[in-house]
Formats: sequence, structure tokens, C-alpha cells
Amino acid sequence: MPGPKSPYDPKQVAMLAPEALDEAVAEAVKAFADTADLEALVAVRSAHLGDRSPVLLARRELGGLPPQARADAGRRVNDARAAVQAAYDERLVALTAERDERVLRDERVDVSLPWDRAPQGARHPLTTITERVTDLFLAMGYELAEGPEAEAEWFNFDALNLGPDHPARSMHDTLWLEPAERGRLLRTHTSPVQIRALLARALPLYVICPGRVYRDDPIDATHSPVFAQVEGLAVAEGITMAHLKGTLERFVQGLFGAGLHTRLRPSYFPFTEPSAELDFECFVCRGASTRGGPPCRTCGSKGWIEWGGCGMVNPRVLRGCGVDSQRYTGFAFGMGLERALMLRHGITDMRDITDGDVRFTLPFGMEG
Amino acid sequence: MRVPLSWLSECVDLPAGTTARALADALVRAGLEVETVTDVGHDVSGVVVGEVVEVSDLDEFNRPIRYCTVLVAPGASPRGIVCGARNFGVGDRVPVALPGSVLPGGVEIAARKTYGRISDGMICSARELGVGDDHRGILVLPPASPLGADVTDLLRLRDVVLDIAVPPDRGYCLSVRGVAREAAVALGSAFRDPADVPALEEPAAPDAQPVAIEDSSVADRIVLRTVTGVDPTRSSPLEMQRRLYLAGLRSVSLSVDITNYVMHELGQPLHAFDRQRLTGPVVVRHAAAGERLMTLDHVERSLHAEDVLIADDSGPLSLAGTMGGLSSEVDADTVDLVIEAAHFPAAAIARMSQRHGLFSEASARFERGTDPALPPTASARAVRLLVELAGGAYAGSSEAALLVVRPQIGIDAGLPGRVAGVPYDRATVLRRLTDVGCTVSGADELTVVPPSWRPDLTEPYDLVEEVVRLEGYDALPSELPLTPAARGLTVDQLRRRAVSRSLAAAGYVEVVSYPFHGADVLGVLGVPADDERRRLARLANPLSDEAPYLRTTLLPGLLQVLRRNLGRGAADVAIYEVGPVFLDRPGAPAAPRPSVQHRPADEDLAALDAALPDQPAHVAAVLSGGREQRGWWGVGRPASWADAVETARVISRAAGDAALRVEAAELPPWHPGRCAALSVLGRLVGHAGELHPRVTAALDLPPRTAALELDLSALLAAQPDLVEAPQVSPFPPATQDVALVVAAEIPAAAVEAALRQGAGELLESVRLFDVFAGEQIGEGRRSLAYALRFRAPDRTLTAQEATAARDAAVAEAGRRTGAVLRS
Repeated sequence: MPGPKSPYDPKQVAMLAPEALDEAVAEAVKAFADTADLEALVAVRSAHLGDRSPVLLARRELGGLPPQARADAGRRVNDARAAVQAAYDERLVALTAERDERVLRDERVDVSLPWDRAPQGARHPLTTITERVTDLFLAMGYELAEGPEAEAEWFNFDALNLGPDHPARSMHDTLWLEPAERGRLLRTHTSPVQIRALLARALPLYVICPGRVYRDDPIDATHSPVFAQVEGLAVAEGITMAHLKGTLERFVQGLFGAGLHTRLRPSYFPFTEPSAELDFECFVCRGASTRGGPPCRTCGSKGWIEWGGCGMVNPRVLRGCGVDSQRYTGFAFGMGLERALMLRHGITDMRDITDGDVRFTLPFGMEG
Repeated sequence: MRVPLSWLSECVDLPAGTTARALADALVRAGLEVETVTDVGHDVSGVVVGEVVEVSDLDEFNRPIRYCTVLVAPGASPRGIVCGARNFGVGDRVPVALPGSVLPGGVEIAARKTYGRISDGMICSARELGVGDDHRGILVLPPASPLGADVTDLLRLRDVVLDIAVPPDRGYCLSVRGVAREAAVALGSAFRDPADVPALEEPAAPDAQPVAIEDSSVADRIVLRTVTGVDPTRSSPLEMQRRLYLAGLRSVSLSVDITNYVMHELGQPLHAFDRQRLTGPVVVRHAAAGERLMTLDHVERSLHAEDVLIADDSGPLSLAGTMGGLSSEVDADTVDLVIEAAHFPAAAIARMSQRHGLFSEASARFERGTDPALPPTASARAVRLLVELAGGAYAGSSEAALLVVRPQIGIDAGLPGRVAGVPYDRATVLRRLTDVGCTVSGADELTVVPPSWRPDLTEPYDLVEEVVRLEGYDALPSELPLTPAARGLTVDQLRRRAVSRSLAAAGYVEVVSYPFHGADVLGVLGVPADDERRRLARLANPLSDEAPYLRTTLLPGLLQVLRRNLGRGAADVAIYEVGPVFLDRPGAPAAPRPSVQHRPADEDLAALDAALPDQPAHVAAVLSGGREQRGWWGVGRPASWADAVETARVISRAAGDAALRVEAAELPPWHPGRCAALSVLGRLVGHAGELHPRVTAALDLPPRTAALELDLSALLAAQPDLVEAPQVSPFPPATQDVALVVAAEIPAAAVEAALRQGAGELLESVRLFDVFAGEQIGEGRRSLAYALRFRAPDRTLTAQEATAARDAAVAEAGRRTGAVLRS
């Protein structure tokens, strides 16, 4: 290799000729473009960008040029090298992308394969509807009160103004615990929880009491001797029947749908006065079945659905719990939860609710 | 209470065009539940009055058949009709259904050949026309019935019957009178009281049956009226029979029909005695010891000292207001009657009819409370009918009555409005109270005397109800009370929900089973005699004799549901239940019955609760078949004791953060070698494991069925209310694995506890990752491999520190369990 002080030898510096450089670049671009994969690209890299590649060899010759020619030639060499490098980089990016895509394609699986290794569970719809009802009332400022299912006769009847000779007692078809004279029974309604709440809690009092109750009834598609009720009780100063009506309207709309109308019909319960039965507008036909629309299975084309009893707490009940019935008034209501469940979900046989067949319960999942 | 509209409209002017449906709706709004509205007779057509002109017997058949010739219009040609009845003869007027006519229920009549003759129509019985239940013979019409007249109009066959469920406080509505009064108020029309009966003309020489009342606990009023010379051969008028039939009462004889008719009309039960069978004065008294009475239903009854009797010198005549006695019954030969009308205390009649299991039309009315003003008028009405229809003569009356003060109620005229939440002015309150029959006086503070037929009105709120229901519940506004800020669910209530959710998330399906089981279930489960679960409460009147006991464990119910699912083809079943169990307290004293006039004393409340069974909430689960399914990923995994124990841990984690301690135990129904006792903070809360093979065999369940049951109340009670937060270190952990060889009977939990104890504060976690037994380890020994993870709160641990902690852990395990490092 000639030293810097060596005389200029045009032959030796032939590689710096513009044609030669253009040719070297063209060869490199072609060689890179011809590679099929990354391995091939790496294999041809040194031939065009390595120390012995034409462009790098040309750079070495720069020293052999006279200073006045060196700047021009140097620019040409750098341009040529940049062009080769760019061609290489471009090909590298393209081939890398191709490879990545291929790998991901090769890793593809059938995502529709089942993965049902672990068993599925579900909560009973009676539990979830109970919680839903409870939450509706919690949101209105109520608290959840509970009481025993095996109850004293006094709580279930006497304290609710159902004295020993009350004719309504016989309508309750009570299941008694042995020995019967000890005054213990399976509660026939959730109303004894009212009494327990009144005796144990401070006023004003707003409680919701869902729970299981028992009647000596035969089992059929619409009756069960064991069923669930929900009881509500509000006792405060100035509670009115209008409050009862508004609260029940909220309740019905929260459970069955917005805008549903409710209706109170006078009735009789020993523990409320005035007393009423609650009906609500059929949430399926909204009364259309009574106005010439197609027949409705949900309400039997009556337009209304009977749901439960309610009324203003009888002052006798308040007095028996030590509440000043001059100062405080209250309302109470009670309804069947199975009936709500059957209506909401189109259940036609109550036995499905108690049989425990997992095929019935599974579709209800976690929140019914 | 069934009320024919034709009867009702005698007492109330129904506005023109009022349909039965509209009337029913009005009654419903006023609080009478009209269960059904039934049209009767509206489908009947083509039945006319005919006259029998000739009757010939057809002898060739094995039953008596007659061929009758009947004239159905003046001057028409007679028709031949085949008829099986024999209670009529030539000249009788009878209802004839002509060919093409329709009978109740849409039965169409056509000319047809029967018994070898053409029968050109049908002669009808009372039942066939829907006017009575008599089907023994055909209905013979009064001789004056016009030939050819339409029987539908003549007999007023077209009617509407309202069937009303009368609430217990509205006894007065067990009468046409009461329903009519409600209808009149509801429709705003005039009411004619059928109890406005003209006074009887007293005979010049009265011949009355003496009567007395023992005391006010048996009756406060009784009226006896004597009617003599009744013609026992006369039958009840057709219209009376028809009404009784539609009201659901059986026609018996004219005199009995009259008492029933008046009872249904006015609500006052009456009883008719055969006067010839009475001996001496009549008295209302309690039964004496050892007395017996044969009642009309031919049952010989031993009487109770609290039974109220109508008696004479011969002894008991009837159970007052409930059922008559056979000895004084009116029969086909009775010509002289004594009509009894009385007012008995409601509770006494209710108890008596309960005691004897006797529920009659009379007792249904008395136990709801009858109108004490009615005995004289109702009995007078019966006497008038007996005179008019049965040819009797009124012979005289007697009465015994005790002074009863009618209650007065003071009520603030503003109270109804305050309770309703809508203001009613004084005039409205006054009008509504007057509508129901009250006498009202006073300005703002009203003094109200309720009518005699409303014994249920005793307190101001009773009057409030009357005002509000008559003003209409529809008119009440809809408002929400201003509730105080509430506290939401309690911690335990939230945690109970979490337990249920976590079980469902863990693959269990919730069931809700009946809490009853039979006597032998606990035996099958192998529950020993001294076990808690033998504290059984039994039902006095169980739904089924096979299941008279209340559950003390959730497992019998769950296992039954498991079996049902397996029987219906399920293979892999995991189910759970949350609910109370009932542990009786056999020695506990009876529940007291404190007064309901005021708050009971705390001791009484405590005694009430102490009389009840303990009722802790339990949670239990059973699982059988595969816990993991086989699939394209490989094999499945059968459910096992370990799933049961792990599920207990799932429950425990949902219930709070106190650690669940798991130790070997032996408790039926679990497998003695695969049963874990579960405790929290030293308190035993339940068991989990595999069921005993004997139990699965006896219950026909798959082997290896696993189960767990926890006392959820106890589990929740043991939890601290608040979880204490851990200190989370930002420094890296140091992990060390150790394999320890221990005797096979040493529980892994004991080794782990020793490791924890020995490792000290630097230990973050211990995890058993391998259990190995084999020749290399030696007979009766096993190797337990643990990953120990150490971390310091304030620095990165050095290898020496971690090793020192590990060595300390191993040393403690060695000291407490004999564990040695596996070489």
C-alpha cells in the first residue's frame, strides 16, 4: 500500500473510479435483494460491507490520491457505502418482519377448543333474588334483620295480634314442634322478625327481613310447605300509608321493571290496620291482555299480578313491643319470593326450586 | 260466601246498567275479595212448562221406564217423552226441554230414540235445570204455572253468583245483608235492611219455652220462639230452593231450609228443635264432667268443661252455635218447632269447634262475631216464613239476655288523614263512619258508637281503616319516607355472602333443601348416641311421617339432593347449602306467653329464646365423580377428601382472615382415616374429608364421595372484625428449598408449623411442593420437600442470613418432629 507521501498512481486507485463504485453498489443491492432469509442476508453481508468488500477497499485507496482529488473521491466512497448499508438495512427489516410473521403464524392454535377442566358453580336463584331485594332496600336506607325459623308461638302469633282464639290462626296451617304445649313452631311468616326488630332496635326503624317460612301445605306445582318470604317494616314518626304505597311502588319497579303501576286492595291481617293486598301491573303484557291484546300467561290475562300483603302496623303490635303508638306509626309488608322468582324467570313448577337439580340452577350463575 | 245477585238486589238498589263484574270490582275495592263471578242459567233456552196428559209404563226393560205424553202449548199436539222418574203423574205441570233446547252447561237436547220409542224432548229434574241438587225425580212445578211458558223466566234461572272470601274481621259479610250494605256504600246506592222485620203479633195466650243463661261466658242473649202446627209435608218454594242451591246450601226440609235461608240472608244462625222432644226449660250452660252428646253427624262426643251447650232437663241438646244434637232433631214428623237464635262469645265457639273438629256454617259465623241485635229479628223472620209457607202458628217467645254495654271509641277526626297521608276533612270522616253504621258525635274529638254488627270495631285504628278503605286506596298518593342514613350490611352478613359466592366460584352449585329427615338417617350416617347431632327436635304434626325431625346437620339433605342428581344422570356433582340447623334443648322450660298489652320483661324475652332450639347457620358441601374433567389436555382428576378440605379453606378465607387449622380426626360419617377436624383460633368449627365407605354403600352413593360441614355462625364469630395489613417489603426475596425426612405418621401441618416457628421473622412463606416415599427413604418414613422464602423488611438478605434462617427452621423441625435433612 502506498504511503501518503507516495506519488499518485492512477492505476492503483482505479477502484475509486465512479463507475467502479456504482458497479459495487449495484452488485451489493442486487445481492441483498436476492437473499431469501436472514441467514442468507448475513452470509452475503461481509462480501459487500465487510473489510474486504469493494467499497471498503476503495476507502483504503483514498490515501493514494493527491490532496486535491481526495475530497471528491472521499465523498463518492462515503455515498457508496451509505447506499450499500441502506440497502442492507432495508432488507434486514423486511426479512425480520417476514420471519416474525411466520413464527406467529406457526404458533397459531385453535382457540375454540374447550377448556372445561374445572367444574362450574352457581348460586341458587332464591339466594340471589333475596340479595337483590335486600339490596334494593339497603339502598333506600333499610337494614337487614334476621330471626330464627323455629320460633316461639308468642313471636309468631300473640305479639302480632293473633291471640289464641283468633280465627286467622287456623289459616296458617302451623307446623308445631313436639311437645306442642311448649309453644314452639316453625314460623308461618317472616312477621315475627318484625317483633324481634322492634324489641331489639332503636327507633326510627327501617328493616328488611327475608327468610324461610313453613306451612302445612301439600307440595304441588305452585305450593311448597317450605318457602321464602320477605318482610319489610318501617316505624318512625309520621309514617303514612302513602309512604307504604310509594315504597312498594319502588320495590315492584326495582324488581320487575320501571314504570309499573301498583294497586292496593283493602284486606285483613291482624297485625296491620288498615291492611291491603298488593297487586302490580303485569310486567309482561302491561295490561294489554285485558284490552284485546294476545292472552298473557304471566298474569292469566288479568293485567294485574297479586303479590303480597301490607298495611299500617296495628298499634296493638306497637304497644306490645313497648313502642309509643301515639307518637310512632309504621308500615309493614310481606310477600313470597318464590312467586317473584317464578314470575321473573318463567318457572312453571315450584318443585324445580326445591329439588336441587343442578341443571336448573347452573344457568343462573352468580347473580341470577 | 256465595251470593246470588237476584237475592242481593232485594236489599240494594243497583244502579241501572251495573254489571256483576262492575259490582264485583266495587266490592273488591271496598275490601271484599270476590273470588269468582259465575253466570248461571244464561245458556238455558227452550225449556217450557208442559202438562202430563198420559203416562204408560214400559215393562220390557230391567229398570222402570215410563212413556209420557206431554202437552207443551195450549191446543198443540202432545209429544211423547220417555222418562225414568216416577214422582209425577197425569195433570202435573213439569219443565220440558224441547228438541233444540239447551240446558245448563251447554247440554243440547234433541229428539232421539231410546227404550224403543222416540223421545221428543226431556222432562227435567231440578239439578238438570241448575236450580237444586235434587235428581231423585223430576221437578214438579206449581199447578198454576202457565202452559207453554218459558221456564227460564218462570223459575228465574238466569242469575249471577258472586263467591266472596270474607276476611276474619268482617263476619257480618257472611250474609246477604252484610254484602248488600257494602255494595250500597261502594256504589252509593240505597240499602234496604232485610233485618227490618215487622214485629210479630204476640198471641193472646202465649205458649213459650222457658229459657235461661248460666252466665256471660256462654251467651249474652238467647231468644226462643215456638211455632206450632207446621205441615211437615210441605216442601220449600222453588225460589227458596234455587237460592239455597246457588248459595251452596243443601235443601233438607221446609223448616230447616227456612232457618238456613234466614241465616244466609241475615247472618244469624238459627237452630230448630222439635218441641215435642224438649223436656223442661232450656238453658245455655257449660258442659258438666262426663256429659256426652250424639250430634247430628251421628258422632257420640265426650264434652269438655268449656263446651257451651244448649240443654234442658234431659241433658245436652246441642253444641251451641256449632251443631245440633240428634235427640231433638227436627224430622219428617215434626209439627211443633222451637226456633233458637242466640249471641255467643266468638272465642268460646271458635275453641269448641276446634276442639271437636266441627266446622259448620253456624260456627263460621259465630266465631267471627255475630250481630247481638239480630236474635229477636232473625227468629221473627223465620217465624213469619214458617207461618206463611209451612202453615204454622206463632205460639209465643221467651228471651234471656244479659246487659252488654256497647263500646264507645274516641277518635281525633284528623287521625284517619294522618295515617293515610292525605287529609280527610271532618265531614268526610263523619260520612264514612256513618256509612258503615256508626253513630258519631262530637266536633274534632269524635265519639263513635260502632253498629251492633261490627264487633271488630273497638279501637281508633279500626275506624281509620273504615274511612281509608271507603275513600279508596286508589286515591292515596305515592310517597317515600325520609329514611335515616343506614349502616348497610353487617360484617357477618357481608362475609356470609362472600362464603356463598366463593363456593359458587369454586365450582359448587347451591341447593336449598327441606330441613326435615327421618329417624334412621343419623343411624345410617353412623352418628353416635351422645353426639350433638342427636339433639333432635321433632315435629308434632310432620308433613310426612317419614321425615318428622328437624335437621341437626345439612348433610342428609345434601346427600339426598346428590343422589337425586346422580339418579337423573349427572356424573360429576358438587353442591353446597347454607342454612340453619336445629339443635334442641330437651330440658328447657316451655316458652312463656307474656302479655301483649305492653313490652314483655327482659326475663320473659330471654325465656322465650331459651325455649327454642339452638339454630346456628351451617355451610356444607358434598362432591362426587370428577373434580376435573378429562379432555384433550389429558386425564381428569376424581374428587377426593383433599377437595373437601380445600373447600373448607375456601370458606374460611371468605369468612375472614383467621387461619383454618386442619388436623386428623375421626367423626362419622367421615372415613376414619380421611377426616379432618377444622378449627379457627382454637375453636372447632367443622369437619371435612371422604365419607365412610359404609355410608356411601348404605346411601347408594359412589365410593370416595367427599363432604364437609362447618358451623358458619361459629366460624364467623371467631373472626376478628378487622384484617391487620401486612408490611410489604420492597427488597428481593431469598429462596431456599429443603427436603425433610420424617416418620410417615407425622402430619405435614406439624412439620410446617415447626419450620415456621424455627425460621423466625425473616420467613415470608413456606410451601410444601413434594411428598415422596420409597425405598431410598426407608420403611415408615417419607420425604417432604419445602420451598422456604425469606425476606427482610429493610434490606436485601445475604446468602448467609438466609441459610442461617433455613438451618434454624430445619433444626426446629428436627427437634419437634424428628425431621432430618434428606441427604
